[in-house]
Amino acid sequence: METSIIIETIIKAIVVLAVFSALAGFTTYIERKVLAYMQRRLGPSNVGPYGLLQLVADGIKLFTKEDFIPQNAARPVFMIAPIITAATAFIAMSAVPFFPEFELFGYVVRPIIADVNVGVLFVLGVASVGLYGPLLAGMSSANKWSLLGGARTAIQLLSYEVVSGLALLAPLMLVGSLSLIDINNYQAGGFTSWLIWSQPLAFILFVIAGFAETNRTPFDLLEHEAEIVAGYATEYSGLRWGMFFIGEYANLFTVCFLVSLIFLGGFNDLWFIPGGLAIVLKVMFLIFFFLWTRASWPHIRPDQLMWLCWKILMPLAVINILITGFVMMF
Amino acid sequence: MGLEEFKDRNIGVKNYITVQDDNYPKTNGEVFKQIVKRSLKGELFTGLKITFNMMREALFKGKMHTVQYPAEKLPIGPRYRAVHKLLALLESGENRCIGCGLCEKICISNCIKMDTKIDENSRKEVLEYTINMGRCIFCGYCAEVCPELAIVHGQRYENASEQRAHFALKEDLLTPLDKLHLQKEYEGFGAVSPDADEKIQKTPLQY
Repeated sequence: METSIIIETIIKAIVVLAVFSALAGFTTYIERKVLAYMQRRLGPSNVGPYGLLQLVADGIKLFTKEDFIPQNAARPVFMIAPIITAATAFIAMSAVPFFPEFELFGYVVRPIIADVNVGVLFVLGVASVGLYGPLLAGMSSANKWSLLGGARTAIQLLSYEVVSGLALLAPLMLVGSLSLIDINNYQAGGFTSWLIWSQPLAFILFVIAGFAETNRTPFDLLEHEAEIVAGYATEYSGLRWGMFFIGEYANLFTVCFLVSLIFLGGFNDLWFIPGGLAIVLKVMFLIFFFLWTRASWPHIRPDQLMWLCWKILMPLAVINILITGFVMMF
Repeated sequence: MGLEEFKDRNIGVKNYITVQDDNYPKTNGEVFKQIVKRSLKGELFTGLKITFNMMREALFKGKMHTVQYPAEKLPIGPRYRAVHKLLALLESGENRCIGCGLCEKICISNCIKMDTKIDENSRKEVLEYTINMGRCIFCGYCAEVCPELAIVHGQRYENASEQRAHFALKEDLLTPLDKLHLQKEYEGFGAVSPDADEKIQKTPLQY
């Protein structure tokens, strides 16, 4: 019994690592294609059919690029920082149930690596450890642009951790459990029992915070190339930069899975669509939404970001918690 | 505006009225009103709608802005002044240039050099004709002044080569014999008129 669990967990971990690394690469392709079509360009189209092998070309380029470390950089910190981003992004996935249980060769597989009963807390906690990646990278690079990027990491990610945590409190009060599987099962009653209908404000707040935490476009101040060259990643090249990239896209997937699990009914069957497909569709739509906003919306200034966080979103989240509390009390 | 106002050069001391100025909110209440208005207006979703329609049209109606450059090229203007061409006589494929030297004379950047001699038929023959592409400013005077329409500006705008000299020598500029049927005649002063065949009269020796 013991050994079978260990083997199963190792296999699951490898599968998650492999699948999401590949997906992260594939999302860069999708992102470029979607952005291109929204701006009426073609995107990658010459390497392979429809430019699909562009992924491989980019990968080869990243692998063979010179691994450059600036002279005055704090070498060990500089070298570890991208690993923190990539590692935490994947560690956070260990408590996310990706699919409903299914049977494979008469063996019931539960597609979650570790079913901890504080799943949401674990995911949010590990994801927030991930902010050390950009922060340390920015501080260790011996570059003023990187330092600015690091400082922006601190203000942006720390602030929006508050918003996302508070926004999640209200639905968690309704469900009464921190386990993502429990939250999913709470919405088992079909389309109308989705938490987005009872917690619309929390949904909006969490998605906005998700944009900020995954460093996506309206809030990508960390590496805003129009202002601070490439932010914390200015001095990075080759595979270290690639690890930041993979970590960022893995985080994107984690956030999309969290939003679908907590607010959009998770992996419950949707009308005639089986649960496994339903959650894939939801996540795909959310990913598309993230790319869509990148093509549509402008960046905002750091002061506007902080103003939005502390003067608008945080009070709204607190009010939402209060209202939810009163509704549950009476 | 009267003439007096127009002549007034004392512009530094006037009060100007800015044509377009936003009405910035002044009190906190107005700021709050502006925030609520902008939040509930759904402008962000209008932006999303526009980009989505762009994508829909790009995908299903083929409305693209991209030109796949080496594979397809945009047409350039017919009067575009690109790298020169020396036109050849249609019948013989001989150099149309009569060696008058006007282009050499008019060239304001002194980049055209020609070398001529009187051949055994006591006609002027062009030995060497070069254009220094490093100096040429593509003003078009040489093509303008040529009485025979022998030197014209061609359509070759991709000026990438291993050496500048690749464009400049007579044998590169002159239309080669096998491409003679592709040579396009230029209209203008000195050109053969379109109805030249009807106008032409036989010389006495023909009778």
